[in-house]
Amino acid sequence: MKLEDALEIVAQTHSGMVRAHNEDSIATDAACGLVVLADGMGGYNAGEVASGIAVSVMVTEVAPPLKESSPIRRDEASGEELAVVLLNNSIHRANESIYQASQSQAQYAGMGTTVVAALFYDNRVAVGHVGDSRLYRLRGETLEPITRDHSLLQEQIDSGVISIEQARHSQNRNLVTRAVGIDAEVIPEIHVHDVQPGDIYLLCSDGLNDMVEDDDIRSIVYAMQGNLALAAEQLIQTANDNGGRDNVSVILVKVKQSFAQPRSFLARLLNWLKK
Amino acid sequence: MTAKLILSLDGTLIQEYLLSKEHTTIGRKAHNDIVIDNLAVSSEHAAVVTILHDSFLEDLNSTNGLTVNGVSTRKHFLQNNDLIEIGKYQLRYLNDQVSKTNAADFEKTMIMRAPVLAVQPPADKPGDTGVFHTADLQAGKPAATPEVEINPVKPVLSAAAQPAPPAVQRAAIQLLNGPNAGKELELVKGLTTLGKPGVQVVVLTRRPHGFFITHVEGANFPSVNGQLMDGKPLQLNDHDLIELAGVKMEFYLKG
Repeated sequence: MKLEDALEIVAQTHSGMVRAHNEDSIATDAACGLVVLADGMGGYNAGEVASGIAVSVMVTEVAPPLKESSPIRRDEASGEELAVVLLNNSIHRANESIYQASQSQAQYAGMGTTVVAALFYDNRVAVGHVGDSRLYRLRGETLEPITRDHSLLQEQIDSGVISIEQARHSQNRNLVTRAVGIDAEVIPEIHVHDVQPGDIYLLCSDGLNDMVEDDDIRSIVYAMQGNLALAAEQLIQTANDNGGRDNVSVILVKVKQSFAQPRSFLARLLNWLKK
Repeated sequence: MTAKLILSLDGTLIQEYLLSKEHTTIGRKAHNDIVIDNLAVSSEHAAVVTILHDSFLEDLNSTNGLTVNGVSTRKHFLQNNDLIEIGKYQLRYLNDQVSKTNAADFEKTMIMRAPVLAVQPPADKPGDTGVFHTADLQAGKPAATPEVEINPVKPVLSAAAQPAPPAVQRAAIQLLNGPNAGKELELVKGLTTLGKPGVQVVVLTRRPHGFFITHVEGANFPSVNGQLMDGKPLQLNDHDLIELAGVKMEFYLKG
């Protein structure tokens, strides 16, 4: 099963009701099963520049090698699958590009971006993220966060300083502890999860989850799962109706069928013939 | 801008303290930042840890304890206007950050550098940086944030308090035919689903300026007042007649 046929992908971004600029960037590549969302930060248009660099670098780093090789081939050096290696490398490469731009041009000094990316392959998804942009999964009727924010608030929750209930009232919710492009090095968090047909994955910038409660996100995605474009529109509209204080971006990926990577010689040959 | 504590006794104001430091101590001994010279107060009674705009009150194993808004507590995430009582003394916590922020500054994401990312060598002397462990907070040692070095790139001008929900008109739909005729469904949620996902779904959404009906999926499109809908949301007016797959419903505003 080709990835393009197995996945339905919808992406939308909106500058919100308050901001003049949209510092979020999104990119999707259905052929290789990659979706990327970045929420940039920095003065003037530096935030847009940072998030724009991140998504374009990541797509160019991940997509071409997957046309040549199988995502499940193990990398000899690390022992990791190619999909994981590519995702990891692409975040490092994006970090280098942004960091260099910010070092060489004064107007870009200090710019950075969050990143959340999902690469679908072989009935699994490799998820990489840095910062507080999130990936949620709707499976059955349950919406679960798959990523854990790299933010001060999350660390405060983890260490028990404040409860989740108190976190709603915290004024520190917009401080990220990791970002792409602010230092010479970045540590992406990467995990691989199993995928089931029927799953819906939601990537979003904090403009969505700060404005819309998880429970409301769940009911929208659940009720509108038959019409992803409408669901994306409804999520953004709800964030804006609630104040829309930040840029809001969403990418929805619905798994329509399983997409196991062909393994046998015959299967590979058939796959090759289909091209 | 900075949060503050106002110390008073029996309603008489004694002094104001700005919470400009990460760690503000309260106690009887003179080395405390806020000194309350009273025998009911322990020598180091409590501490307030301020992390940017948030302040946390911690009882440092005091003999007589403390209350916040009348509730005895050991650890508390301070909210604007909280009243802390230590013995006969009151400390009012004021943080009007929210009201003074410009809406355009809300929600700007900022970077904090965690020590793990620091390229520069770590500071040699403990206490030089703002790094601390939560365990220290429990033990009452000087503390700042949970295992994070605070180094905000810019002054943070944001606040995240949710705006008061706009007063929304209540509305409901009532079934007009079928076995459940007469049954009323109040549209209390932001989104009410009619039908079953995967088969046939129509949603009713509540927005600040009214209620809307949208066809999501399925072969049957609803009609409103006899007009068949297309894929676009349609605003509902009082006493609109909705028909979906033979089921008739009336939409009406309440109260």
